[in-house]
Parts: sequence; C-alpha cells; structure tokens
Amino acid sequence: MTRAWLTVLLLGASTVALKALGPVAFGGRTPSARQMNVLGHLAPALFAALIVTQVFVRGKSLTLDARAAGLAVAMVGAYRRASPILILAGAAAVTAVVRHLP
Amino acid sequence: MQLFRGETVVEYRAGARAVLPFAAVIATVGVLFGFLATAAGLSPLAAVLMSGTTFAGSAQFAAVSVLAGGGTAGAAVTAAALLNTRYVPLGVAIAPALQGSFWKRLVLAQFVVDEAWAVAYLGEGRFSHKRLVGAGVVLYATHVAATAIGTAAATLPADPSAWGLDAAFPALFVILLWPHVQGVSRITAAVLGAIIVLSLTPLTPPGIPVVAAAVASLLGAKGG
Repeated sequence: MTRAWLTVLLLGASTVALKALGPVAFGGRTPSARQMNVLGHLAPALFAALIVTQVFVRGKSLTLDARAAGLAVAMVGAYRRASPILILAGAAAVTAVVRHLP
Repeated sequence: MQLFRGETVVEYRAGARAVLPFAAVIATVGVLFGFLATAAGLSPLAAVLMSGTTFAGSAQFAAVSVLAGGGTAGAAVTAAALLNTRYVPLGVAIAPALQGSFWKRLVLAQFVVDEAWAVAYLGEGRFSHKRLVGAGVVLYATHVAATAIGTAAATLPADPSAWGLDAAFPALFVILLWPHVQGVSRITAAVLGAIIVLSLTPLTPPGIPVVAAAVASLLGAKGG
C-alpha cells in the first residue's frame, strides 16, 4: 500500500474515533480544566510547526526563499483581518513575484 | 404524531438552512484541499476519499503537508490526529444531546465539525442533534463535492510553484493559526512549536519535527 493510501485509511479511522470519544466514552464526564487547557495549546503549537515546515524546511535542511515573503504577506493579512481568499491570493502572488525577480 | 413528525423535519431543515453561509467557506476550503492534495502527489480518488472519511479540513491539510515534505504516513497521521484532539472537548460538550445506542452516538458524533456544532447550539449548554445532522449533512456533501472539483482543477497543465501556489499551504495555516494565538501562553506555545521544528529538522527524518512540536502544548498544563 502506498504512503498516501495508508494515510487516508489511518487518518479516517483515527478521526472517527476521536470524534466519537466525547459522546461515546466520556458520556457526560468532563475532562479536567488542565486537560482541556493542554488540548487548547495543541492547535497553536502544531499550526506554527506546520507553517515553519512549509516555509523554511526542504527535506532535512533549512532554507530561506520566496516562500518567506508569502508568509510575511499572510501574517500581515491575518493581523489586519483580511478575508481568507485575499490572504491566500496575496501570499501566492507575492511569492510568485519574488521568485521571478532577477 | 403527524404534527410531531412535521416539527422534526422542520428542525433538520433549520440546521441545514442556518449552515448555508458556512457552506460557501467549506466549499472554498474543499476546492483548495483537492487542488493541493493532488499537486502534492495524492491521486484524485485518494484526495476525495480522504475528505469522505476524514471530515476535518485542518487535519487533512496537515497530513498532506507532512506527506508533501517527505514525511512518513505515521508522521502525517500523528500530526493530523493531534490536531483532531480538539474534537474531544467539542464532543464532550454536545454529548448529552446525542442519545441512543453506541452505534447511533458514534454516527451522530461524526457530524461534529466547528460550523455544524455552532449551528446545533441552542444556548445554556443545550444542543439539538437534529440541527447538528441537518447542518452536518449539508457541510459533508459540500466538502466532498468541492474536493472532487479541486482535484479536477489540479490536472490542468501548469506549474503550481510558478504561480506561487506552494505559498497557499503556509498561508492557509496562518489563517487557521490566528484565532488560536490569544494570550501569552498560547503565543509562547506557537513560538516554541516553531523553534522545535527549526532545531530538529537537521537531526530527524521529515515529519518528526512537526509531531515533536506537540510537546509545546504542555505549556497549557501550567494553567493560564
């Protein structure tokens, strides 16, 4: 089985299980405030990790290229509460322009 | 009895109608996912089936992003599943509204995505499972159909990086990150996650640094 299909299969199964965990297993019991707070910190840690990986990582080495300009545009856009479509289009356009600079 | 049945249908419909504005956003995200997943090397069928079996956009983007960076299936699934743990508190909150057998609750729970969950909320901690299903069915159909359209767009003969489309992934993650960086401790968790990736990248196989970044969430154990 290829890497992609294995991912589709395992991710599907784990998502079904995690979504069902609250209604099936907890059944009214609430996780502690501390557990909820750790779960709340997973999203910022992982999204930041994914951003850095996408922009600065190529295989096992760190790189700095046009994608960093796209990231800067996306961050300014998010800070200014621009619409998601505008942020995506702006980041792509600036990355393409910087990449084609002589 | 007839009246009761009519009321029931009304509630499903109310959920479906209330979620329509969100469906437009889900459609855009679905098209983008289909496009990026195919560009990253998934077959169109695999991309559509992932949307059909994993009804959770940000986890799908995370998994495909790790695969595109050369990570293993294990790293891709672990990173995505860690993101999906946010469905545990959502599921706990809505649990009292999802009654019935084990299998019924398991199926109903699958309709929980942020937007359907919000539409099902009646206030004061109460939820309507009928509004959840009405909204969930609309969003699920939109998500899968939009993914299929995105995979078709990806077969157009063009070099995605020439158009800067490789910047769409990080830009999307910035959009997803933004609502979560409230307060010093969550901002610190984000910065620490980034530092973990930068320091582990030369040392470990691709995909592992992202999974390791989850350690930064332990900052939440201190409270705040």
